[in-house]
Amino acid sequence: MHELEIAVAILVATLRAATPLVLAGFGELIAERSGVLNLGVEGMMLMGASVGFIGTVATGSPIIGLLLAMLAGAALAMVFGVLTLSLMANQVATGLALTIFGVGFSALVGVKWIGIPLEGIATDIWPSLSSSSPIVQQLMLLDPIVWLAVLVPFLIHRFIYRTRAGLVLRAVGESHDVAHALGYSVLKIRYLAVAFGGAMSGLAGAYLSLAYTPMWSENMVAGRGWIALALVVFSTWKPAWLALGSLLFGFVTIAQFQAEALGLALSPHLLAMLPYLATIVVLVLISRDATRLKLNAPAALGRPFHATA
Amino acid sequence: MNASALPPRLRLTGIVKRYAATLANDGVSLSIAPGEIHALLGENGAGKSTLVKIIYGVARPDAGTIEWEGKEINIPDPNAARRLGVGMVFQHFSLFESLTVAENIALGLGATESIADLTTRIAAVARRYGLAVEPGRHVHHLSVGERQRVEIVRCLLQSPRLLIMDEPTSVLTPQEAEGLFDVLRRLAAEGCSVLYISHKLEEIKALCEHATVLRAGRVVGECDPRIASEQQMAEMMIGGALPVAHRSAPLHEGKPCLQVSKLTLASDEPFGTTLRDISLQLRDGQILGIAGVAGNGQKELLAALAGERRAPQADSVLVCGTPAGHLGPTARRRLGLSFIPEERLGRGAIAEFPLSENGLLTAYPHGFVRAGLIRYGAVNKYAAGIIKRFAVKASGIDARGSSLSGGNMQKFIVGREIGTNPRVLLAAHPTWGVDIGAAIAIRQALMDLAAAGSGVLVVSEDLAELFEISDFIAVLSGGRLSAPKPARETTVEEVGLLMGGRMAAEGAAHAL
Repeated sequence: MHELEIAVAILVATLRAATPLVLAGFGELIAERSGVLNLGVEGMMLMGASVGFIGTVATGSPIIGLLLAMLAGAALAMVFGVLTLSLMANQVATGLALTIFGVGFSALVGVKWIGIPLEGIATDIWPSLSSSSPIVQQLMLLDPIVWLAVLVPFLIHRFIYRTRAGLVLRAVGESHDVAHALGYSVLKIRYLAVAFGGAMSGLAGAYLSLAYTPMWSENMVAGRGWIALALVVFSTWKPAWLALGSLLFGFVTIAQFQAEALGLALSPHLLAMLPYLATIVVLVLISRDATRLKLNAPAALGRPFHATA
Repeated sequence: MNASALPPRLRLTGIVKRYAATLANDGVSLSIAPGEIHALLGENGAGKSTLVKIIYGVARPDAGTIEWEGKEINIPDPNAARRLGVGMVFQHFSLFESLTVAENIALGLGATESIADLTTRIAAVARRYGLAVEPGRHVHHLSVGERQRVEIVRCLLQSPRLLIMDEPTSVLTPQEAEGLFDVLRRLAAEGCSVLYISHKLEEIKALCEHATVLRAGRVVGECDPRIASEQQMAEMMIGGALPVAHRSAPLHEGKPCLQVSKLTLASDEPFGTTLRDISLQLRDGQILGIAGVAGNGQKELLAALAGERRAPQADSVLVCGTPAGHLGPTARRRLGLSFIPEERLGRGAIAEFPLSENGLLTAYPHGFVRAGLIRYGAVNKYAAGIIKRFAVKASGIDARGSSLSGGNMQKFIVGREIGTNPRVLLAAHPTWGVDIGAAIAIRQALMDLAAAGSGVLVVSEDLAELFEISDFIAVLSGGRLSAPKPARETTVEEVGLLMGGRMAAEGAAHAL
């Protein structure tokens, strides 16, 4: 019984830690599959975190907070879209600028909201069960966003490989010139993909400030946006690998907390590096196969599209 | 036949299209009858592609009218063209490598039917026209001929009434081309019109009933290619008399200048070809032509010869008798080997550099650098010399690489390499996409170099060219090189069969 409790606790904690990476990562996966490299994930997550928190506290409704966070992420992504797709600015430089902007702007917007306590989403939704067995209490920590994150990999896998819209998305990411010649609206598809990526990043950020650690503090995303980006690349743009990579990161994060709790004689700063390090090392080893990388990588990734004629 | 009583399938009147400073189409008119196979002829830059883009809705004309079966219409985008019944097979295939045949066709149709239903329809059309395609295969596994069949099947599924073919045979073996002509003749007999774009005059004579010739954006003539001679059509295209290339007597029994023995090398590209057991010998004063359909190991062979890929054994490649298999491109150049790559801008020259500095790129060891400093006087003189000798059309030695047309850039690169007096010259597709006049000049330069005692190895898909200039011809197929034969003792048919060797072997494997 005790082992089961521990196992459930680890599973729940892993899922919770993996959720922001799954959400942001799959949003970015869609954007990159359309051929757009948006390095602004960290910035969009931060905007989502601050706007989601403020919206929830101000209106008292976490649903409105989440919607506002997704809107904020998508709005920032549309700024990126206008700059890189319509005005054909360099995607790498614009994405970096977007992150810098997101870090600063979220801090500015959120400055008055630092230190305000908020009840987590899970306890908001299932308050009546608060006196059940320890396992049920653990499972109650899984709020609807975590369940959504469990579903997202399956939904996106199905979308990319089984639907016509997914086929068009892959086609645009592989060769925008051919897709254009066949009569597909490359820019429209890319705008939609980038906006979806932004909304998912915003949701991932709001999950952090509303459920994972229900509060707002400056720069609270703490590099998870960058890890999500790295996961997309190292997973060779495959949904299954991306989901596994996110879980691995979540698991090592939990292992790190446990190690700290056990009083391991290592600097906490070194331990805090562990999830990032382990995830990247494992995924680099997985993605060494250059042939597979070339086959799955969206060939038009990062290349600006200009319709001739 | 009462075809003349029907309105033309397509009639263009006074089409004008301007791109910045250039007039790509200047009052072009042309009319295609139902069931007619109509040739559109012209040099590069004559305005063929622009006209086709207008018909397919990719570009819009600045002036002029388009009539479809007697009604004046607008074609705002490719979807509108497809709805009318215009199908197009692109010169550079519009297929997605990482998708399957059926997925590619689904994307081209814009229909909402399931991939499974589509697969049965693909099989039905493929059977009816004798086009072998397998819907479930990924495009990157397909040969170029198979890819073209996929494109054609995609068009046929839309029951086209006008099929546009843009240089369709440039990637096919002669036998595959003959198969394509049969399909086109059948389509025409069923009432589909065909607009056939090519600069291969013998094909146009064999296939087309009517030809419109473009030059510098204008229609300069029309003819019945079954009656007009190739010479007449070529002269209409270039607007003057056709120069003729002359070969001086080849030197026999020169010393070997390039030897390859039993070279086996795996490709480092995902869809590349592995070179298997390649042996060849090139002597001073000889031109060795290597025929074959692109994608059969040409790129890999050239990389292995030029030094971009090293061989496992040093003595599997000998340049002028010196083992060079382990050497890189610069070291091989020092031994007397020069290389004209396939891609002009990006590998042969740098688009952003002026011609003078592009000349310096490979010629620098020949007295253009002293004590680590560039002698710009000599560099400028060298570039000016090339421009003059090869009649390169450019604004001067300061013209950027990107400002030249493909043919003129190629003439400059050929001139740069020949100017360093190489013992061995490797030339990859030296006249691909080059105008007739420039192509003749380039062939002449290669023959002159051989006559002066250098060995020349030419890789080309243009069999007529190889037969014109080569002393020996070998065929590269599936990464294997056939034994070189004297060009006078072999025929286009024999070489064509060797080119198709790989496809025949694959067919046999499927049959088992």
